[in-house]
Amino acid sequence: MNAQGKAFKYGANVDTDVIIPARYLNTADPTELAAHCMEDIDKSFVERVKPGDMIVAGPNFGCGSSREHAPVAIKASGVSCVIAPSFARIFYRNAINMGLAIMECPEAAEAINDGDELVVDFDSGVIKNLTSGSSYQAEPFPEFIKKIIEADGLVGYISKK
Amino acid sequence: MSMTMTQKILAAHAGLEQVNPGQLIEAKLDLVLGNDVTTPPAIKVFEETGAADVFDKSKVALVPDHFTPNKDIKSAEHCAMMRTFAKRFDIDNYYEQGEAEMGIEHVVLPENGLVMPGYAIIGADSHTCTYGALGAFATGVGSTDLACAMAAGQTWFRVPEAINFKLSGQLKPGVTGKDLILHIIGMIGVDGALYQSMEFTGSGVANLPMSDRLTICNMAIEAGGKNGIFPVDQITLDYLKVFAPERYERGDYTVFSADEDASYIRTIEIDLASVPLTVAFPHLPENAKAIGTFGRVDIDQVVIGSCTNGRMEDMRLAADYLKGRKVSKGLRLIVIPGSQRVYRECLREGLIEIFVDAGAVVSAPTCGPCLGGHMGILAAGERCVATTNRNFVGRMGHPKSEVYLAGVPVACASAVKGYVAGPDELL
Ligand code: SF4
Repeated sequence: MNAQGKAFKYGANVDTDVIIPARYLNTADPTELAAHCMEDIDKSFVERVKPGDMIVAGPNFGCGSSREHAPVAIKASGVSCVIAPSFARIFYRNAINMGLAIMECPEAAEAINDGDELVVDFDSGVIKNLTSGSSYQAEPFPEFIKKIIEADGLVGYISKK
Repeated sequence: MSMTMTQKILAAHAGLEQVNPGQLIEAKLDLVLGNDVTTPPAIKVFEETGAADVFDKSKVALVPDHFTPNKDIKSAEHCAMMRTFAKRFDIDNYYEQGEAEMGIEHVVLPENGLVMPGYAIIGADSHTCTYGALGAFATGVGSTDLACAMAAGQTWFRVPEAINFKLSGQLKPGVTGKDLILHIIGMIGVDGALYQSMEFTGSGVANLPMSDRLTICNMAIEAGGKNGIFPVDQITLDYLKVFAPERYERGDYTVFSADEDASYIRTIEIDLASVPLTVAFPHLPENAKAIGTFGRVDIDQVVIGSCTNGRMEDMRLAADYLKGRKVSKGLRLIVIPGSQRVYRECLREGLIEIFVDAGAVVSAPTCGPCLGGHMGILAAGERCVATTNRNFVGRMGHPKSEVYLAGVPVACASAVKGYVAGPDELL
């Protein structure tokens, strides 16, 4: 399982209120949510993001509310993976349950620059930066988490079983 | 090996003698909660799981509070979906607008006697951690977790490590539990307790009333914590006698306490008398500053309410400070009792009149402005002092607006003065 795309770089403590502002929470439709993804932190994100692109951010990504709308919006915007040194715990849980790949890797999160071209190998946990030529080792997913992400989330995983 | 209070509750619900930090366990649940934002997506998932019924209709609580009374067609449809689901499965703890027991989820669940010591509770709302005040394990999850828990009555957890907050002494007059938790988040940061329990211990606990404990545990998530938890003592039992008399009589609770030699990842000692009146500046709860250490910050609005500070004690405190005073000209003060019970009690005690005389708008119980939903949204450049729990960018409206988090005394003083002020300035 691989993903490739450009890095969108953000700082520490990116919270769920900027990932998807509460004023849009009166819908649960992924496409509608994706249309407002990251808009309070980066107005042009939605126009620039392409399928496969990745979000690279500082520690405690996804802090704040328990809204599953946050990983849903990110995933529906086309993002293939979020890389950060650490994730807020409810976001971590929700991302996996929704089938959004996330990787904890402080070195990669630090070194990668905005716009770098990345390849992530989920089986080995290796993150390659094609722009700089460096690569980084993240903890690979345990088997059951890989299966959840491949099944497009917890529900797909459970109904497959 | 010895265990913390949280670890003991988790072990008991997993049917295990012993659990260790980092261990993944499956635990039975005593209460599962959803609101009008998180339940509609959960209902879709619930259908997908193919479950024929909820695991126990007396252990599910569904509370419409975020966008209620419905602010637009979409929120009305969300609430309708939840109402239909509640009717279909005859959910015991569904609280319709206007009903005697309705209000903001984390205000009404303890008030309605649904939270007992030793319970394991999940809610699809991050501030579910509030219930740790009563000696329960309670944590926030997402809608998919809610759906699966409604179907199965259990969920998976990673057993957390804990930070021991050892409290001593007593808060100074005018300083509240809100100041304490803002002070703590200022100390350890918004990820200071990431994946961990915040366990409050020490002789100072006896000096914190239940309303302060609820406020403190409410904001554990603002430090990244998995849960906050207080030991069970006479204050807890007295609370249960009033708010959960039946379950209390039946003995439907378990008192867990941390082992003497429980191991904590760190211990932080706090003398409560040293806690200053504290305000969290935009745009993170960790930007805590003591009153008197910053210059004049003019404000446009003050909100008193939310699951953090919308309880009866908060309303009485607000009335103490607002009685016979007027809000600063041009400033909007919005007061939102957290539940219908609190609202009725405010009426009975004459507090609503005090608020209105002071120049406040008093609303029906709702989350409303706390999440930038409705009932007090900020325009670009506007500033608000709020007794709520989050001051992220855009939390109460326009991304260029600002929220300053504070306790009730600071909120009242700021409303009267027109700038961020401590209660001393009212004298
Ligand atoms: S009052 Fe605010 S923090 Fe509390 S449940 Fe409502 S929206 Fe969430």
